[in-house]
Amino acid sequence: MAEKYNIMTLRLRPLLSHSLTALLCTGALMLAPLPAWADNVQEATRLMKQGQLGPALEKTEQALAAKPKDAQARFLKGLILTEMGKQIDAIAVFTKLTEDYPELPEPYNNLAVLYAQQRQFEKAKNALEMAIRTHPSYATAHENLGDIYARMASQAYDKALQIDSSNASAQTKLSMIRDLMSVSARPTTLAARPAPTKPSANPAPAPATKAEPTPVAKAEPAPVAKTETTVPASSAADTKQAPEGNEVEKAVRDWAAAWSNKDVKAYLAAYARDFQTPGGEARDTWEAERTRRINKPEPIQVGVENLQVTVEGDRATAKFRQNYKSGKLKTAASKTMVFVKRDGRWLIQQERVGS
Amino acid sequence: MGAAARIRTFSVALLLAAGSVLASPAERTYSDSGPEPLLAGVFAQIEQNRLDAALGQVESLIKAYPNFRLAHLVKGDLLLARARPLNTLGNAANAPQDRLADLREEAIARLKAYRDKPQADYVPRYLLQMHPEQKYAVVVDTQKSRLYLYQNANGQPRFVADYYISHGKAGTDKVREGDKKTPIGVYHVTASLPRQKLTDFYGSGAFPISYPNEWDKRHGRNSHGIWLHGTSSDTFSRPPKASDGCVVLANQDLDALAKKLQIGTTPVIISNSIEWLSLDDWQAERTSLSASIEAWRSDWESLDTEKYLAHYSKRFQSGKQGVEQWSAQKRQVNAGKQWIKVGAANISMFRNPGREEMVVVTFDQDYRSSNLSNVMKKRQYWVKEDGI
Repeated sequence: MAEKYNIMTLRLRPLLSHSLTALLCTGALMLAPLPAWADNVQEATRLMKQGQLGPALEKTEQALAAKPKDAQARFLKGLILTEMGKQIDAIAVFTKLTEDYPELPEPYNNLAVLYAQQRQFEKAKNALEMAIRTHPSYATAHENLGDIYARMASQAYDKALQIDSSNASAQTKLSMIRDLMSVSARPTTLAARPAPTKPSANPAPAPATKAEPTPVAKAEPAPVAKTETTVPASSAADTKQAPEGNEVEKAVRDWAAAWSNKDVKAYLAAYARDFQTPGGEARDTWEAERTRRINKPEPIQVGVENLQVTVEGDRATAKFRQNYKSGKLKTAASKTMVFVKRDGRWLIQQERVGS
Repeated sequence: MGAAARIRTFSVALLLAAGSVLASPAERTYSDSGPEPLLAGVFAQIEQNRLDAALGQVESLIKAYPNFRLAHLVKGDLLLARARPLNTLGNAANAPQDRLADLREEAIARLKAYRDKPQADYVPRYLLQMHPEQKYAVVVDTQKSRLYLYQNANGQPRFVADYYISHGKAGTDKVREGDKKTPIGVYHVTASLPRQKLTDFYGSGAFPISYPNEWDKRHGRNSHGIWLHGTSSDTFSRPPKASDGCVVLANQDLDALAKKLQIGTTPVIISNSIEWLSLDDWQAERTSLSASIEAWRSDWESLDTEKYLAHYSKRFQSGKQGVEQWSAQKRQVNAGKQWIKVGAANISMFRNPGREEMVVVTFDQDYRSSNLSNVMKKRQYWVKEDGI
């Protein structure tokens, strides 16, 4: 059986450049090999996105030559190896990362995805439980763990009923986490938890914004640097509100209602044709994944709180607190949506978690 | 059972080769054998919403019984419960519904039997009297999917163990070959077929029983090959209604039971639903029936042929003879006797669990008379009749 994991082609670049900026700004951590290292990591990421895995791995190795312990580069290496189908090597990389950085949930998650591909569900489960232990609100790990439990349940049912469901259509799709950034920014609900400590040689990139993944958008942190180019700065936001604002508010509430009602058609229709999919994936792929997630049997409840809308001509920005509940998963995250007006309708053009 | 005068026997005289009786050691095992205690523990945890503990216990259950499908089903549920809310036992999507239903029925049967153990001072009504050579008796309750093993404790049945069983797909009251039903009646074990002589389907062994007995044949019931047997190696147990008429046990249970079974001797009584009697009521029934048998015996000895014949039902048959023909013969035979002595030893009395109210009486008859003597094993079917 070919276990499929969900490839999330996140836009790592803006994220990396941003985090790098943050890194550089920390001053004290300015190290001589850093620019070269950063170039290599960026280049490796770009190459991986283009599917040039060999060169990507080469660049990553170069980055690692400069900073052998670097979590970012090692994580990238794990991803590239995974893409290359070298699961054993990838497992080794992520396992070592969990040992060196036990506070990071992403390596655990990805380790779990790899184990699940090998049908080692018990190990996958343990890894995900570790991810959740370190970050209780980590949505991707929760979703993945749910999938693993369902998979293990299915195995048990196969034994109970003497059937082989492994050929059946519904397969688990586990989400590989594609970046390490979400770690450094915790949602406020986790305020009590101390920030992860890391070896000083490896400062965690510290984006200024929150980057908690939503259950919707999987593990994508907010690409803040990019945001600021597309969304008017909040200082400019206190412009006009009503009555356009009311229409946007309604659009947000309708969107949340469609989601809660599992009305996939209405939900997808809330998004503009040129909606920037969170991972930069094709619209079809994104729609298929959204449809699959929404059609899971658990009831979904999406609440919108503290909704603030700013309108600028045909564009509007809606910021709100999204309370999401499905099955045992419950998350709260602040969300920003960019709406565009098309044929008299306000449609979502961008969507991200974080302020 | 009413007064002696109200009881008529019919169908007598059955020569049987008595099986040699093995003197088995008087071992007693009061077992909670099988997975029920663990299974009940799992469900108790689930009821208290301690799902993690339940999962731990179900893992132990699977460790002890790796092919126990029901345990795998519960494990699946407990895992799935972590991912989403559950509605029922067995939440496998796209699973064959009949197999799920089978496992649910097995769960209910096992748990019910575990919770409702027979009361200590109650016995199955059918075991009126075991003869001294019958060390054990087997009583099956098909509705409960349960087999009860009783020990002969100086004539009184004493509970030893009970086991989960499967019976016919189409239920009970077997009539003909291929009806996939389990017979209801009083039988005994007739042979032992070891594992080596059987396919894997029969598991660790098989014990054919004496279906159809004389009573079945008289009622036109036929077919053959009703066995107690084990389970194929790919599963620990089968659903409650799974066989073509046989009574199927888990292999470990069959092995435990096999040690108690005496070929040609051990009674196997199969009922839809066991009637339980308090020991007092049981004793009363037994005394009443014993008195009827004793009256029949002494009336035969008395040479008062009409009084003797009054014990026989109008429906009586001996072989192909009806009551008229047979009575005429008896009158003629008895007329030529100066004396008759009848010994009835090793009497067993088993009530038939079917719709027909009837008791199967078997004994060693030692007949002596002025001109003829013989010894035989005799089986009588006693019915309760009104009037003459």
